[in-house]
Amino acid sequence: MRYLIALVAGMAAGGALAAGCIYFNPFAAHSPDAPPADGPRQQMTLSYSAVADHAIVYTNAGEMRRQPYPEKVLQLWEPPIRQTEIMTTIMRDESNAPAGIGIKFSSRSEETRVLSGKALIDSAWYVFLPARGTLLIAQTENYWDYLREIVVPAHWDSANAWKGDWRGTITSGPGESGTVRVYGGSGAFEGLESDALETLSARAYSADIGPVAMQGLLTIKIPDTDSPAADNELAALGTD
Amino acid sequence: MIKTFVSGIVLGVAAVIAALYFIPLVDQYREVSIIAVAPNGGNAENFHVNIPMDRIMVGDRRSKQPLPPGLEWPNYRILDETRTELFKIRNSRNAVVGVASRLAARSDAFGDVIEWVLHLPARGTMFVTLNPEPAGGGRTGAIRAGTREFLGMVGSMSERWVADTSGAADAGEGRIHLNTTFMARASGRIQGNAP
Repeated sequence: MRYLIALVAGMAAGGALAAGCIYFNPFAAHSPDAPPADGPRQQMTLSYSAVADHAIVYTNAGEMRRQPYPEKVLQLWEPPIRQTEIMTTIMRDESNAPAGIGIKFSSRSEETRVLSGKALIDSAWYVFLPARGTLLIAQTENYWDYLREIVVPAHWDSANAWKGDWRGTITSGPGESGTVRVYGGSGAFEGLESDALETLSARAYSADIGPVAMQGLLTIKIPDTDSPAADNELAALGTD
Repeated sequence: MIKTFVSGIVLGVAAVIAALYFIPLVDQYREVSIIAVAPNGGNAENFHVNIPMDRIMVGDRRSKQPLPPGLEWPNYRILDETRTELFKIRNSRNAVVGVASRLAARSDAFGDVIEWVLHLPARGTMFVTLNPEPAGGGRTGAIRAGTREFLGMVGSMSERWVADTSGAADAGEGRIHLNTTFMARASGRIQGNAP
């Protein structure tokens, strides 16, 4: 009996040790650094609130921490879309003025690998800017740093909350330098193929309801002012 | 007993690593794709939206009945001529396989726009721009871009509204049919053995 207890205790300790190593793994995949606030002039930035009830519409399967908004919105309960979220929100320009509408489709990625620090989401932004055109922004996002530095500490906190000043890039591909692929649809963006990065700035998070104060920022390279300098700067943003 | 404890530690570490390696954390449910070969090459796949059952959102300042109830569509002038809709989309067997957005807008800067984004979680996303002028009872347009399974695909999509005339009690108003035809973009390189 004593040996059995020792074995079980050892296994529990081993499991905890493995979990700790994975959690603190310094070799885990990290997202690229966030772009500087005063980025290259060849970039366009669009910001949005990442808080569910700041969106125009936010919906999911109804089983996640973030609850659908408005309350009576149709939920995505069917098996093929159960791990998907949709958010419709106002996109704001550099001066914080409304610039258009953004719709974000996000689905959990089957490429998620906790062992290598990859908590992945496949997402697609559709952005309509009435003064400029339309864009599809397709990316793979890695939320590992976000989970490790915000979500887990919020669950450990006695008040089930996290407060701080966190900023990180969630984009991890599919561009070669870890950037997003951008495809133009209509208007000035017709035919465009470019790169972008998405970053999050979080100040408060609740383990019960999800993000409380969080902003997202899309930084998109503009084509008509293309230059080698802009290419180099964006490539630099996409690498550690 | 210490040897047993140490063996337990090794077993515990191995069990956690093996579990994380072999058990998928995310496993998207897949409906079988219903794809036909198009007469002149490429694949044809049809989707539809049952109205009103599959409509998630209608964002339109002029709409008197917002959907979902409680929706507060932004009161910005830049969105005056914009109608944004979200749907669930179904395959030919009437099973929900994804979600989609449809935007119809009139812009002073670049005219009329009708665009769809079809997002199928297990497969990828398609971005389609339609010709705003209806023809033959519907609209047709081109696939602008695709991701994952649809990456590098070129092709077309048509939308067509078909009203329900069955009179069945549980029938809706009708269906939006979305018929896609796509094929891989030619790479421009000849594949073969080097001389």
